[in-house]
Amino acid sequence: MNRILATAATEFRIALRNRWVTIAVVMMALFSLVLSAAGSAPTGALGADRLSVTVASLTSLAVYLVPLVALLMSFDAVAGEVERGTLPLLLTYPVARAEVLMGKLVAHVGILALAVGVGYAIAAIAAAVVDPRALEGAPALWRLMWSSVLLGATFLGAGYALSAVSRRPSGAAGLAIGLWLVLIVLYDLGLLAAIVADGGGAFTTRVFPWLLLANPADAFRLYNLSASEATAAAAGLAGAANTIPAWQALVSILLWPLLALGLAIAAFRKVTP
Amino acid sequence: MTQTLTLSQLTKTYDGVTALRDVSLSLASGERVALLGHNGAGKSTMMKIILGLIPYDGGNVVVTGAAPGSAEARRRVAYLPENVAFHPALTGLEQIRHYLRLRGQDAGAAMGLLERVGLAHAATRRIGTYSKGMRQRVGLAQALIGHPALLVLDEPTSGLDPVSRRDFYALLDGLAAEGASILLSSHALTEVEARTDRIVILSKGVMVAEGRLSDLRRGAALPVAMQITARPGQGDALARALPGAVAQGDTLHLACDQDAKLPTLARISGLGDLVADLEVLPPSLEDIYSHFSRRDGQ
Repeated sequence: MNRILATAATEFRIALRNRWVTIAVVMMALFSLVLSAAGSAPTGALGADRLSVTVASLTSLAVYLVPLVALLMSFDAVAGEVERGTLPLLLTYPVARAEVLMGKLVAHVGILALAVGVGYAIAAIAAAVVDPRALEGAPALWRLMWSSVLLGATFLGAGYALSAVSRRPSGAAGLAIGLWLVLIVLYDLGLLAAIVADGGGAFTTRVFPWLLLANPADAFRLYNLSASEATAAAAGLAGAANTIPAWQALVSILLWPLLALGLAIAAFRKVTP
Repeated sequence: MTQTLTLSQLTKTYDGVTALRDVSLSLASGERVALLGHNGAGKSTMMKIILGLIPYDGGNVVVTGAAPGSAEARRRVAYLPENVAFHPALTGLEQIRHYLRLRGQDAGAAMGLLERVGLAHAATRRIGTYSKGMRQRVGLAQALIGHPALLVLDEPTSGLDPVSRRDFYALLDGLAAEGASILLSSHALTEVEARTDRIVILSKGVMVAEGRLSDLRRGAALPVAMQITARPGQGDALARALPGAVAQGDTLHLACDQDAKLPTLARISGLGDLVADLEVLPPSLEDIYSHFSRRDGQ
């Protein structure tokens, strides 16, 4: 445990020096501010409180931004150590490879939590200023916050795994962007095309819900939308969200970080310095 | 004496190319052994196997009574890689504090370690601003953490100036006196000559020589060179008296086997007035090293 914490402290310091903490926090804060300003129009029409509407917007934002920031922070984790030549010495220390990755994960999850917390807090304050009923949306915001951190942890683990598999920072960066593109952008497009082609057949009713749950980003979106009816109204996934119970999405959100970390550790164990 | 390291018939092959073949070696506690060889002779491969960083194909390796790379072995073995590297964003002090914590030691000892390697003045500067010699000192400082039983040092003095090298070897003497075994690699025999107890020469993955320097010198049986200077005007007479010598102006060069050294000297001193001066040049350390490393495992 001490070794994990020591690694986490050092990794956090490195991220601070490399401006990753600043970049992540500023990015989340800026996007949250822009969303709060842009999301003011539909309030009256929906009859929902201002914060719940903001949460719906933030959900769509987080699905893109949190995995991106997580992958950017993690793709260098193993490959960078290999390239700098720091890995052989580290691996002669009495520290397990799993402990090294867990230490990095603790630091990076902390940075993500900080960025997400600051960004969402700004959005919450902006909503509270204009709408006195905004407090009604506080539970939805809290749910969004911790599920965002779990989504981030999943992609951090995936980033470590890609980093260990490619062993070169440039290759790892390419794989990370590829993973983001496939899971966040192309996956949904593919599902959409399949549903249209299927025309309400067996695929749509039986396979499609599982495919949504299998993708951590979709599970995250489903959970946050299905858990709040007000926000579901604001998103196109509402139909799908209603057919899949929230607990199933929650299980997916909880399992993915563990699975990603497991994959990362398995990939890291195969690296020969 | 207890053995901190035992290699028996260690063999390692990379994609069909033999990196190490049947290498056997053991280190007792407090012993300093130098590992010599050209680039690609197998020095770093051997060290990485001892550290458990890479697997081996044949033979047996026991490190501090445990398997290489096991938790027990890693706890008691320190390593200084060739061209040691650290994260450039950390300061020397932060890096050493981190390594201390990884070994379960008090991070407060970091400054003391940096003082021991003469780096206290730069402790709070980022490693990115360090010279190669300074990085090497950080590497040495981390190798001193927690009184290791075995230190594996891969070309530890590269990048150090002569004064720093002397300090470095003085530090090793202290560690060995406390009972640590030291295995260090080097390109230069001249450097390790007086600072190690035993020398091991690897050539293309085969151990071609092992022993004290005096043993190696005897084993190599290289000829002794002599330079004989003639008195003015006696050059030709001297050359006639010493057939087989090569003349170069007033000086004659002669080479003879170790066994023939004393009879040859007696013959030269018997020439009396012809000789102005005589120099006896034993084979240099580099000659001995070349002799062994060229044999290529015949």
